[in-house]
Amino acid sequence: MTMFEAILLTVATAATPLLIAALGELVVERSGVLNLGVEGMMVMGAVTGFAVAQYTGSAWLGMFAAILAGAAFSLLFGFLTLTLITNQVATGLALTLLGLGASAMIGESFVGLPGVRMDSLYIQGLTDIPYVGKVLFGQDPIFYISILLTIGVAWFLFRTRAGLTLRAVGDNHTSAHALGVPVVRIRYLAVIFGGACAGLAGAQLSLVYVPQWVENMTSGRGWIALALVVFASWRPWRILAGAYLFGAVTIGQLHAQALGIGVPSQFMSSLPYLATIIVLVLISRNKRLTLMNTPTSLGKPFVPDR
Amino acid sequence: MMRIEIVKRPQHSVLFSALSPFIALFLTLIAGAILFSVLGKNPISALYSYFIEPLTEVWSIHELLVKAAPLILIAVGLSVCFLSNNWNIGAEGQFIAGGIAGSILPVVFPDFQGWYVLPIMLLLGMAGGMAYATIPAFLKVRFNTNEILTSLMLVYVAQLFLDWLVRGPWRNPQGYNFPETVQFSDSAILPAIWPDSGRAHWGFALAIIAAVVVWFMLSRTLNGFEIKVLGRSSRAGRFAGFSAGRLTFFAFLVSGALAGLAGIAEVSGAVGQLRTSISPGYGFTAIIVAFLGRLNPLGIIAAGLVLALSYLGGEAAQISLGISEKSARIFQGIILFFVLASDSLIYYRIRIVSRLSETALKGA
Repeated sequence: MTMFEAILLTVATAATPLLIAALGELVVERSGVLNLGVEGMMVMGAVTGFAVAQYTGSAWLGMFAAILAGAAFSLLFGFLTLTLITNQVATGLALTLLGLGASAMIGESFVGLPGVRMDSLYIQGLTDIPYVGKVLFGQDPIFYISILLTIGVAWFLFRTRAGLTLRAVGDNHTSAHALGVPVVRIRYLAVIFGGACAGLAGAQLSLVYVPQWVENMTSGRGWIALALVVFASWRPWRILAGAYLFGAVTIGQLHAQALGIGVPSQFMSSLPYLATIIVLVLISRNKRLTLMNTPTSLGKPFVPDR
Repeated sequence: MMRIEIVKRPQHSVLFSALSPFIALFLTLIAGAILFSVLGKNPISALYSYFIEPLTEVWSIHELLVKAAPLILIAVGLSVCFLSNNWNIGAEGQFIAGGIAGSILPVVFPDFQGWYVLPIMLLLGMAGGMAYATIPAFLKVRFNTNEILTSLMLVYVAQLFLDWLVRGPWRNPQGYNFPETVQFSDSAILPAIWPDSGRAHWGFALAIIAAVVVWFMLSRTLNGFEIKVLGRSSRAGRFAGFSAGRLTFFAFLVSGALAGLAGIAEVSGAVGQLRTSISPGYGFTAIIVAFLGRLNPLGIIAAGLVLALSYLGGEAAQISLGISEKSARIFQGIILFFVLASDSLIYYRIRIVSRLSETALKGA
């Protein structure tokens, strides 16, 4: 395996959780809901995935449990914001705070335990192809899921009637409601999908990236995923590009630390966070671009009149 | 089939705006009792050691005030932000920035001593928090950048910067390689209020003063009116000639200054030196305090004491019941959920309708 191949593989592993969580949030925001609880749902997915894999010995069961946990946790947000019409920003923050706290308590007995790692794909012949074999045919299953998910979300949002309806709900919930579209039901489904994706992204962290449980192991990735959605101006393929850009920054600074280039490690570790800020500024300073693409009803409360 | 139906009230309910924090606390206690039962503990005695026991001894009431001081200071600043629709969620970073800036004097110039050291430290702490809060405010006003994400990202940057300082240039040379700065000299320590009975320091008094001043500003001055108008409707505010950009700076500067003050008060009053971590998440817990206090600085004083109690209860429950002290963070999260849910009772009437009665109605 060449050095280049190895770097490409680690970049993909670092980018995958960001990609999956951001795709989920993209669908949620396209339906007009802003869920700031991504970090909390992700960390709940990570701890559930780790726990179930630990008890059953199966990383796959862990992954499915994490998806369910993320979805179930997102329902809490859905019930408050969609049924009780609470403030979406505050409720999302509450979800993140509760998720970080609950996962820390659930995971307390797992700290330091060796985890169950999800096996990477191996196809005789194909995986052994020089240069591209490992990258194309030798990665972990969640990597392939993330690529399929990107294609799926892009197709769903822009090529299907259901996707069109979902975007209509996000752009103008009053008109959609007047046309008889079940706004609240569609938003519930979108929120649950976002939760499932965040749960899966968390499972990738605790089953593939570092097969361990560490408190707060998402370390801001849920927030970076939220930033990616803005960066991508609500388009799936740009999220793919953004996630790999951030994966490259993360891995690049790790390699630079290992090489010992004389810059303190803490400064290198803060690069992904600073990069997020810079990227957000570059995107948002272009007012026309943001205004054109932001779902118009994003974050606004919807009270159906009867 | 049952369904929950929400109907907007013609006017917001005065009754529920007074009751909602209490409903939320009551529901949290019930949820706590259920949680303890699931963990196999007697819920009554568990709740007792969580929420009553810490109040039965003088020293632990002092600890309560130590923990409430930063929570109240930060939350009072956040109320100005949240009321004006500026979502500063990076108070934790501004707290750290204040702790660092205020520590310049005792760490870099330890020989510099006298009565004036402490006031300079507090001012530098406020300036540090303010400067750090200016970044998301500037980016929001100038480039329209989402302040939620930028202020939060800066928390991680501040934590890493503190870690570098304390392990690197500011490490105590005589400290056996521990990642700590020198112990502050006596003139750099925020004194205890009643030194004979416990360690509650003057940071708590500062918190009360800040709450009263901001309460006065919000409820009795034009500036406070401007904040509320622009927060509820930026369009109406613009017609009144209020500038949203100027207000964003104002809100961030106030909350940054108070978070920075909380940071240096904690470092100089409760810790006595800088360490790699100087906050058990005060900046985030203060968000809960601000909402439980219904964004009213006087309510925030009470809410700050409640949340401080949850920290102490967590420690007490770990010792007496063997429940992880991390359970406190679950309580804190649950409180915020119930606060938000009960707040919607203020603006909406909630009815549980069964499908059956609905069809009956349509038939009639």
